[in-house]
Amino acid sequence: MKRRQFSKALAAVGTFSLVNPVGIVRAQPRSLKVGVLLPRSGVQAGIGQDCHRGVQVAAGVLKELGLPALEVMNGDTESNVDVARARAERLISEGAQLLVGAFDSGQTTAIAQVAEQRGIPLVINIAAAPPITEQGYKFVFRNFPTAPMILGDAFANQLEVFSAAGAAPKSCVFMHVNDTFGVAMQKGFTGVMSKFTMPYKVVDTIAYDPAARDLSVEVAKAKASGAEALIMVSRLNDAILITRELVKQRWSPMAVLSMGPGWYEDQYLKTLGKLSDGPLSFVPWYDPNKKLSKQLEGAHRKAFPDINLNTNHIYTFEALLVAADAFKRAGSTDPKALADAIRATDIKDNVSTGPGIQFNAKGQNDKLKNSAIQNRGGKLVAVAPKAASNAKPELPMRPYDKR
Amino acid sequence: MALGLSVIFGVVRVVNFAHGEMMTVAMYLTLVLVSALKLDPLVLLAPIAAVLFVFGYLLQLGLINPFINRPEHSQFMLLVAVALVLVNAQLIVFGPDAQGIRTAYSFDSFQLGPLIVDAAKVYAAAAALVVAGALFAFFRFTLLGKSIRACADNYQGALVVGLNVKRLYALTFGLGAACVGAAGAMLMVVIDVTPTLGPAYTLLAFVIVITGGLGSMPGALLGGLLIGLTEALGGVLFVPSAKSMFAFALLVLVLLFRPQGILGKKTS
Repeated sequence: MKRRQFSKALAAVGTFSLVNPVGIVRAQPRSLKVGVLLPRSGVQAGIGQDCHRGVQVAAGVLKELGLPALEVMNGDTESNVDVARARAERLISEGAQLLVGAFDSGQTTAIAQVAEQRGIPLVINIAAAPPITEQGYKFVFRNFPTAPMILGDAFANQLEVFSAAGAAPKSCVFMHVNDTFGVAMQKGFTGVMSKFTMPYKVVDTIAYDPAARDLSVEVAKAKASGAEALIMVSRLNDAILITRELVKQRWSPMAVLSMGPGWYEDQYLKTLGKLSDGPLSFVPWYDPNKKLSKQLEGAHRKAFPDINLNTNHIYTFEALLVAADAFKRAGSTDPKALADAIRATDIKDNVSTGPGIQFNAKGQNDKLKNSAIQNRGGKLVAVAPKAASNAKPELPMRPYDKR
Repeated sequence: MALGLSVIFGVVRVVNFAHGEMMTVAMYLTLVLVSALKLDPLVLLAPIAAVLFVFGYLLQLGLINPFINRPEHSQFMLLVAVALVLVNAQLIVFGPDAQGIRTAYSFDSFQLGPLIVDAAKVYAAAAALVVAGALFAFFRFTLLGKSIRACADNYQGALVVGLNVKRLYALTFGLGAACVGAAGAMLMVVIDVTPTLGPAYTLLAFVIVITGGLGSMPGALLGGLLIGLTEALGGVLFVPSAKSMFAFALLVLVLLFRPQGILGKKTS
């Protein structure tokens, strides 16, 4: 390089430095790497795969909403807490800038610990155990109701359903799965129920193993209690097993009131056919009348024409919506900036029942509401609350031997 | 299923840690055949047992035989590896979702006074008794069965009298696998299958054969009956979620007071 050329280059650099005082050229990040952790094999594989459908439809809908692209990195927790922890570590090591997951409270608890230690935001799609957002974590956010919220809304919605149907059971037996979620629900059940004037008494409580392959003893015991209805906190496989046992043991309860997953899921509907009709599920759901709900329903129907939109899709989609919205506002992939942006989330145009998505100081969306839904002819209809419903409840359930 | 485990250990002296996984292979085979042929799973019991017999025979001849005289931990690792290969192959082919078969009697039950008995379980139990009876008859009355028993009783003696021990071991492993095949076909009328179902059933089979006596065929039947009754009564009389605890408590008691199992023979 000649002396004059060197001087020109030096002058150009100097001029650029004056114009750009920071002195660094920083490209705007184009996408956010999101590690999605779900139980896609093992005992909860069916539900994990279902949650993944929410991931698959999210990209198109987020684009239509004008939100930035997310680069999804999938991680299978294998329905195992230790694997969930290890996968979270690995995804972060591989460059994940935000985590989403993980359907199960136990696995989510393990992932939350990793996220907090590594300073990477975690947006929980589904997990109801209250302690997760009671630890003072700064990087953990949950857009899903806690067990007490689910229970409170469940009892309120039950009263609305009984009133609308003009029928109510006088006695119930409470059956729950013996995992983190089921035990959290069982612990809150009595306390929350006492705040409502319910028309029924709980005559027995029966816990069972989530990996059980035979629930005949449990159902026989429930039947022997003489209860008119079943209150359930279950998963998918056990919901199918229990329904089969109800038919085999010739017991048609007046109602199945479910406060968890399983009874409304597509595999339940398809496996049991007409025997799947009737159960009422009091669950985090979506408001079918919201604009984004219709948009998501359309995208979901296009991608999965034979599968009903459900909780798993909705809340997994909304977790990604929170991530994309925060990334857009933060304009950065810096974990702290992302966490601050998530904390300031205020999404009014959403899908789930309730006023929208906001997080309190603990990282919990405490504005969420539940719905009551009923299985009807292989489809799901929302029957309560009235403002977010599209059908009236049918009670008592038609006996299994008359279908 | 436990009978198969007991037969294999009783003769070949190899503990089949891929037993549950072989059963899920049989269950998927049942699923595929029932979908294709529209036949009852119990009708397909014999052909599925035959397929698993061939699988077991070849597995023993090709893979396990070289490990017969190696240390037990080598055999253990080999069969665990076989189990992992089977689980992952099933995951690739069939996916992780539970899949089941609905028969005409899937939701039927018999009422005996206050008792309601699941029809599918009754049919499966009857089929299991027929299989067990056939196996007993084979070992007691056929020359081949007697030869296999001779191998189990005295390995050196069997070699001295000119028995082809390698072939008999392969036949035994095949018979054990055929039992697993029959169990898989029977179980399909009762439960759904997933690729990860195997380990729980391997463990259950171990609990049953250790309780009844490892290597004893009547012991396997007695162990199955005792474990089933203990679980059911524990669930009804105490807490259903703790029913497995009662089964394992029974196992601990047996190990404490009769380490060889209820009908097992004491070994020096």
